[in-house]
Amino acid sequence: MVDFLNPSRRGVLKGGAAVGAGLAMPTIFSSQAWAADYLNKPTGDTVTFGFNVPQTGAYADEGADELRAYQLAVKHLNGEGDGGMLNTMNPTVLTGNGVLGKKVAFVTGDTQTKSDAARASAKRMIEKDGAIMITGGSSSGVAIAVQSLCQEAGVIFMAGLTHSNDTTGKDKRRNGFRHFFNAYMSGAALAPVLKSTYGSDRKAYHLTADYTWGWTQEESIKNSTEALGWETVEAVRTPLGAGDFSQYITPVLNSGADVLILNHYGKDMVNSLTQAVQFGLRDKQVNGKDFAIVVPLYSRLMAQGAGENVKGILGTTNWHWSLQDEGSKAFVKSFGEEYGFPPSQAAHTTYVQAILYADACERAGTFMPCGVVEALEGFEFDGMGNGPTLYRAADHQCFKNVLVVKGNENPTSQFDLLEIVQEVPAEQVTYDPAIFGGELGECNNGV
Amino acid sequence: MTTITRETARGDLLRFALFAVLILAMPLWLAPLGAGYPDLMQKFAIYGLFAVGFNILFGLTGYLSFGHAAFLGVGSYTAVWSFKLLGMNPLPAIALAIVLAGAFAWVIGFVSLRRTGIYFAILTLAFAQMSYNLAYSVLTPITNGETGLRVLNSDPRVLDHMMGAGEVEGSLVSTLFGIEMNGLPGFYFCAVWLLIGMYVSFRLFRSPFGLMLMAIKSNQNRMNFTGINTRPYALTAFVISGMYAGLAGALLCVTDPLAGAERMQWTASGEVVLMTILGGAGTLLGPMLGAGIIKYSENIFSAFNEQTLHEIFGFLPDGVEGAVVSVASLFVGEGWHLTLGLLFMLIVIFLPGGVIEGGHRIQALLRRRGKGGGADQAHPQAAE
Repeated sequence: MVDFLNPSRRGVLKGGAAVGAGLAMPTIFSSQAWAADYLNKPTGDTVTFGFNVPQTGAYADEGADELRAYQLAVKHLNGEGDGGMLNTMNPTVLTGNGVLGKKVAFVTGDTQTKSDAARASAKRMIEKDGAIMITGGSSSGVAIAVQSLCQEAGVIFMAGLTHSNDTTGKDKRRNGFRHFFNAYMSGAALAPVLKSTYGSDRKAYHLTADYTWGWTQEESIKNSTEALGWETVEAVRTPLGAGDFSQYITPVLNSGADVLILNHYGKDMVNSLTQAVQFGLRDKQVNGKDFAIVVPLYSRLMAQGAGENVKGILGTTNWHWSLQDEGSKAFVKSFGEEYGFPPSQAAHTTYVQAILYADACERAGTFMPCGVVEALEGFEFDGMGNGPTLYRAADHQCFKNVLVVKGNENPTSQFDLLEIVQEVPAEQVTYDPAIFGGELGECNNGV
Repeated sequence: MTTITRETARGDLLRFALFAVLILAMPLWLAPLGAGYPDLMQKFAIYGLFAVGFNILFGLTGYLSFGHAAFLGVGSYTAVWSFKLLGMNPLPAIALAIVLAGAFAWVIGFVSLRRTGIYFAILTLAFAQMSYNLAYSVLTPITNGETGLRVLNSDPRVLDHMMGAGEVEGSLVSTLFGIEMNGLPGFYFCAVWLLIGMYVSFRLFRSPFGLMLMAIKSNQNRMNFTGINTRPYALTAFVISGMYAGLAGALLCVTDPLAGAERMQWTASGEVVLMTILGGAGTLLGPMLGAGIIKYSENIFSAFNEQTLHEIFGFLPDGVEGAVVSVASLFVGEGWHLTLGLLFMLIVIFLPGGVIEGGHRIQALLRRRGKGGGADQAHPQAAE
């Protein structure tokens, strides 16, 4: 031990020389400079998109569906298949001839629903594969982490399924865009329906996924239900991917609450809802009223997972395949022909995001991020399944109709699980961008 | 342990020099393998350092810690807090991270080292899982929970403001004397730390202290019977490897200023055990190799999709190609864990000494062939 702590003079000299040589080495390599107008400017006859989705973890089902939709979008952009929503989008300059004359290629990666892994995977796409745009994410924590990475690197980020207010609220970025709706809109759309169904004298108990999305959804739903006159008994945070929720559900029974609000998504929601039903919550009478469960953010994939238990349960969703407008019908048709089942809302939003990005590039005449940002800001379009939609310039959030849905009591097929209760118009869910704070900052071209 | 007597100081120096050249030339020779991009090379260096540090504990003393990710996490959080409070210079962040991770390791080691074998492993695992859950729930004000801790423009960053560099346009990146620590400069920064860590590890292995640690591994009871108290030695090794982990955690944040609790999850602790065993526990270069293999498969195999497979197998006839692609796609993309698991099984069964042992065997085979066979009988192989 003594020897190690007191190295010989010769040893120190040798070591010093080695470290010195090591320190000098990097200058040889770092002198190469990149000369281009913007990062990853496509030079060949293809342009590369990066699809960064969860393939493992609590949101893997959503991720798999997102990837299917992206692959379909690439086909349609390259003029293969029946064109899907390219035919119904209005206005559009896309012709199914690639983007700006370049064929669309793509790379994929697994976010593992972890910020670290998602950022590593996005960095690989940017640094190695030369992706000009990153899209995906099925968790707001991940989406926010990747969005800020894309801002720093200087590429566009088209958010996938992320529902937190923060994504286009306090963590918004100039290079990031979101088509999906958010927790605030869910609350605003759901509240009137809750009032007419359950009355204005209710006691609510929240179980909330413990991360940015859960927090903002809990806050938004709390605000809008308390405005109805409801009382919030307690709000309990549960870890993401907990699996077993029984320890959280037992206290609900003795809390005096008569509504359970599950701020969960993906497999978490499937587990917590199933267990809540198994504990007999829905058969209970509290304060002289039937006990009710509400799932503010719904998806068909989750309804499929929870099976019988979703019947009659209220929630909101961004889009549903049973919508009868031209865009939705075209999308459901080409998705169904390709994969044999209808798309989920995750698939819809990611498909639309890919098409919107391509359209913006075409209109801007360049892939340069700042040009694309300009083309997307304030862009109004229709025929993409949600009625007339606005990409608001102030926070890069889309404003469109929100669906209030209910678990179908008498499903006619294994996909017919949600029934649309009401299509809430965009005006009713629009808010002032200032309420969430945050700064978009400057757009970044990456050079 | 025949290796100890065979190695000479000159041989070590030569090996270290070769290693240094290989590391610093990574951008050149990794490019054809598809891994020559800065982020992955940074990961190679950082997780290499993590594994090299882990090997000082596991390889030398035989104490199998299943909680090293906790120190990685502590290092990360310390570094980000140093960015937030002091400024974006990586040096104070790294210094603080090493000190704090070392202190944390001392506390955990002090308790855990009272037991050996499986009990020690379980104790460290429990501590790491505790830290993970704390970071996730109770300590949310410090760690920002699942969302992860980030540096914001509104943070104090005292040193930056003193130097007049407080107002930053765009995003905050760690900067050392005007050089931004991402991309290639970030890699070289990590590589230099890796070389320093590697050099220290070389010296440790060859020191009397290292010998004492190996003695603990071979028979701790006998050491105790001869009147030597081994625990201080084991604790020192534990703290040193904790400091390595803290350094690795800090470097993760230097190259990307964000710290999340998932870095402390037990899977991350298991990963470093895998890296060390895969490469060769107790060898000098093995852990680095293991880290490289695991990070390479995580980043490259996981990115393969059917499209890439069709490109690779495009030369086969249509029917065959479809079959090959559908089989191969099980092992890439989301199935990369399967590939890694198979590789791990093969190595543990056939090469218990890891990839390094494989190298030695090939070397021995070549030598025997060169001498016309049979001449190698005089040099018995180490009984692994």
